[in-house]
Amino acid sequence: MGKSVLLIEDEPNIIEAISFILSRDGWAVATHSNGHDAVDVVQARQPDLIILDVMLPGKSGYDILRELRDLAGTRDLPVLMLTARGQVKDREMAERAGVSRFMTKPFSNAEVLAAVRDLVPR
Amino acid sequence: MARDTLTGSRIRERRVMAGMRQAELAREVGISASYLNLIEHNRRRIGGKLLVDIAQVLDVEPSLLSEGAEAALIATLREAAADSAATSQELDRIDEFAGRFPGWAALIGEQHRRLGSLERTAATLTDRLTHDPHLATSMHEMLTIVTAIRSTAGILADTREIEPEWRNRFHRNLNEDSQRLAESSQQLVAYLDGAGDAGASLTLPLEEVEAMMAAHKFRFDALEGAPDAALRAFVEAQPELTSSASRDLAETALRQLRHDAGLLPLSDMRAALAGKEADPVRLARETGAPLTAVFRRLAVLSDELLPAPLGLVMCDGSGTLMLRKPIEGFPLPRFSAACPKWPLFQALARPMRPLCQRVTVTGRDARQFECYAVTEAVGPLEVNMDPLYHSYMLIVPVAGAEGGAREVGSTCRVCPSRECAGRREPSLLAKGI
Repeated sequence: MGKSVLLIEDEPNIIEAISFILSRDGWAVATHSNGHDAVDVVQARQPDLIILDVMLPGKSGYDILRELRDLAGTRDLPVLMLTARGQVKDREMAERAGVSRFMTKPFSNAEVLAAVRDLVPR
Repeated sequence: MARDTLTGSRIRERRVMAGMRQAELAREVGISASYLNLIEHNRRRIGGKLLVDIAQVLDVEPSLLSEGAEAALIATLREAAADSAATSQELDRIDEFAGRFPGWAALIGEQHRRLGSLERTAATLTDRLTHDPHLATSMHEMLTIVTAIRSTAGILADTREIEPEWRNRFHRNLNEDSQRLAESSQQLVAYLDGAGDAGASLTLPLEEVEAMMAAHKFRFDALEGAPDAALRAFVEAQPELTSSASRDLAETALRQLRHDAGLLPLSDMRAALAGKEADPVRLARETGAPLTAVFRRLAVLSDELLPAPLGLVMCDGSGTLMLRKPIEGFPLPRFSAACPKWPLFQALARPMRPLCQRVTVTGRDARQFECYAVTEAVGPLEVNMDPLYHSYMLIVPVAGAEGGAREVGSTCRVCPSRECAGRREPSLLAKGI
């Protein structure tokens, strides 16, 4: 079984595309679509990497990330953050929240794959 | 140099434009080239038959040579010089410049007008881009769809072997996303089409209500005393109100105006204002009506009863502007937060205690206004519970200017004031904070 990725994103077609790419690359992909209970889902699944959208229903990706960084079990968990907002202030906010990698939409499949491989060496 | 002595310069300009040599023109009108040279350098006066002959050869009206067409141009040049921060222009030679180089002068005038137009557009767009939640959401939505399309298309293009089921699913996704993108793009373009025209893009319920109010010039005399059903029917019939949210807001606003009209009938207001200044405090005292009702009534009726219209702005306790009746010379921001120095916001700190301040609005056309502001509690009062507040500001234009007026802006982004402790963000019009 390959390493696991939890994709937290609310756009169905992005979920399908990223899931397909990562699955083909040998990753075990789980998905989740809202921010309400995202932290609980992360703790339950204990993935090797999270791909986290910023704008989610219920709770923002920044808030989820901050909560994860406050928890002992997820303090060092690699998090790749996806956002349509690529301004310096957005990047700085993500960095302050403890992001591992920040990626601005629209990204290519190759960029996502390279980032995932880089964050979780196999 | 006086304008009427520039006939020679105009002749030279027209001759060059016509592609004629000096000697050629001189021969055509029967004078020597050296004499024409003196005329063209404004060293000989010219008039009468010779001027008519030259004008005929140059195919222009004689008056164009003798008087020029640059009066408006000179005014524009003076305006451009006044607006420039530089002080090195030879202002005393504007006439000469316009006469000698009408093409260049016209270009400067045109550039000046264009600069003003661009500044206004930039202010509107920046206001919108920075503060408009609708635009931010739309852009985010479009980028998300583009990402899905790019990713899906990448899979279809790059994956050599793909199961038919997945291929079909991705094709379907592409089709769906492309349709969504087309719709989002159209909506966004329709929205941005109004960027240069502050009144053209109606997207938020409050904006629609304001547009409806403006379309009726804030006058709804026919609704005074009308039953609720008639008021609702009126609201339903307004083309500017496209959503139930905007219709509900409009109905609330119209009920309030109807109530105000009941307290302060037009005939009473006309009598109270006859030959007197628009002093809302006096009116409130004389009529017994709440000051906020007097503000609203004065603003609504000012176009008819007063020499100049009055402006009105209202905000809630968060400072969010909720009602705007614009007035020339006192720009009210559409999306961004307003100048914190407005008396409107000072009144929030001292509810139920009216204040009146003379203000000067920053900018090229710095005008002065008397601003009356008061904050009132809204909703029922509860024990041990702070009330909610609405603050109103009546904006009264004043003639002339006096010292000591407080300088206020519209919003930081378009405020040229360089030294303001309240500045939140850099201005487009002044470098640095």
